[in-house]
Amino acid sequence: MSDLTQHTLLELQSQLQSGAISSVELTSTFLARIERLNPTLNAFITVTESQALAQAQAADAARAAGTAGPLTGLPIAHKDLFCTDGVLTSCASKMLSNFVAPYDAHVVRACQEAGMVMLGKLNMDEFAMGSSNENSFYGPVKNPWDLKRVPGGSSGGSAAAVAASMTPIATGTDTGGSIRQPAAFTGTSGLKPTYGRVSRFGMVAYASSLDQGGLIGKSAADLALGLGVIAGHDPRDSTSADQPVPDYTATLTDSIQGLKIGLPDAFFDERLDARMQARMEAVMDAYRALGAELVPVKLPHVAEAIPAYYVIAPAEASANLSRFDGVRYGHRADSPADLTDLYERSRGEGFSSEVKRRILIGTYALSEGYFDAYYKKAQQIRRLIQQDFTHAFTECDLLLSPTTPSTAFQIGAKSDDPVAMYLEDIYTVATNLAGLPGGCFPSGLVDGLPTGYQLTGPAFSEARLLNAAHQLQQTTDWHLATPEEITHV
Amino acid sequence: MALTAHDIQRTAKLARLGLTETETESTLEKLNAVLELIDHMQTVETEGVAPMSHPLDLTQTLRADAVTESNQREKLQAIAPAATDGLYLVPRVVE
Repeated sequence: MSDLTQHTLLELQSQLQSGAISSVELTSTFLARIERLNPTLNAFITVTESQALAQAQAADAARAAGTAGPLTGLPIAHKDLFCTDGVLTSCASKMLSNFVAPYDAHVVRACQEAGMVMLGKLNMDEFAMGSSNENSFYGPVKNPWDLKRVPGGSSGGSAAAVAASMTPIATGTDTGGSIRQPAAFTGTSGLKPTYGRVSRFGMVAYASSLDQGGLIGKSAADLALGLGVIAGHDPRDSTSADQPVPDYTATLTDSIQGLKIGLPDAFFDERLDARMQARMEAVMDAYRALGAELVPVKLPHVAEAIPAYYVIAPAEASANLSRFDGVRYGHRADSPADLTDLYERSRGEGFSSEVKRRILIGTYALSEGYFDAYYKKAQQIRRLIQQDFTHAFTECDLLLSPTTPSTAFQIGAKSDDPVAMYLEDIYTVATNLAGLPGGCFPSGLVDGLPTGYQLTGPAFSEARLLNAAHQLQQTTDWHLATPEEITHV
Repeated sequence: MALTAHDIQRTAKLARLGLTETETESTLEKLNAVLELIDHMQTVETEGVAPMSHPLDLTQTLRADAVTESNQREKLQAIAPAATDGLYLVPRVVE
């Protein structure tokens, strides 16, 4: 039998259903690969080996009893920002390095109820603040395509683990590009659903009006299978949308003849590397060959998305992270002199410098005298950006753009320059500000490194977005490229 | 408008965030670079534009006024850094 770990979730599903393999066999194979590769890649913070094997045994028993569901026995790993009952949920921060969550996040519970097997918890940028996964209390994640390069962030562990076939699929979260940018850097497929599509219950909050849970996998079809599990209304999240969940796999094979794909001029700017532009041309040609019509569209205000985002997200973060006070859970400073000293030292010791910077920006932007100039202004620009998208979608069905201006950068190249790091999200943040679904899918290699293209759709158009990406993956092989086997470990 | 070390210390105090002197210095330089980036916003005309706080036009949902949570005090306090007899421990605030 070929190496099981190289297969897509859908292929593994059919092998489990036919009885060719058992979930215990599948789970053990992935656990062995994690054990071999994780010391090099650092994609996992926690490997839940014994729980995984117990869940796999239960899955095999359910199959034998005839009670297995479509995803029973398939492995998954979760970004370490989703709370897992009884398992460390660190958010890659010293602040939560002792936090064993007392309950499961909606996404974790939904996967468990579907019979999926949790392999472990994945590394990330601390509190999802970062675009390189260098900002983790547990050390940087390495890109499986080049160990000297970053995998992107903040869901860098999720992307690296899928690219290196340590798990067939992984959850991630995306506040400003944290699923799509790492997917682009690692040659994987990533989906940030519409805001409200997936419950945020049990996700450690960064910026509540932007955060959205999603998936990174090996193909658009795998994302469609996984999204059906985690999407849906949840009364425990008051911003969860009460919208029906379609069968995302049922429409994958629909023709995209006549689909109108918009090309936003602002995303094909001078920042885009010439060879990345050539990859985008190849994507456009492939979509044209499938019968799609490509039309130019304008998004006049997206150039201001980064400044607006770096006011709104830190402002919300400064409020959300005020809960970490050294009293109820998390890091607590030794021998506090008084209550203020307890707060200040617990937070000063528990947060890294990037998290502190964002709390400070947010606090400053919300402080008396600066609110109108920063926070209100950013919210007005957010409205203009949303209106731009609304207008663009009167002229097309989906938007096509690059995901990142260049391929994965070297570890250390931008870690001391927050502005350069923030500009990494130049093509992705507008989607979050408008609350729209966005996907990133492989578009071929440049100098041996992956590139990705981005599709953005109107709210709740995930089925159409995944259909278009799947159709392209039927006529191209970019998503099948895998990094050379990491053998020297 | 550039921040001063005093602004950083004042903001850190508001955020109850302990910063060492070295941290204040390096933070100052980086935050000024970030503020310069953010200040690009001021070039956009936003007169009369309604601020958008949220991507979904949702109204706050209501549920029946019934108890939905069970008492999990012991489980929740088991992960507290300092708790005893069902109480969280903090330094004395009232003499």
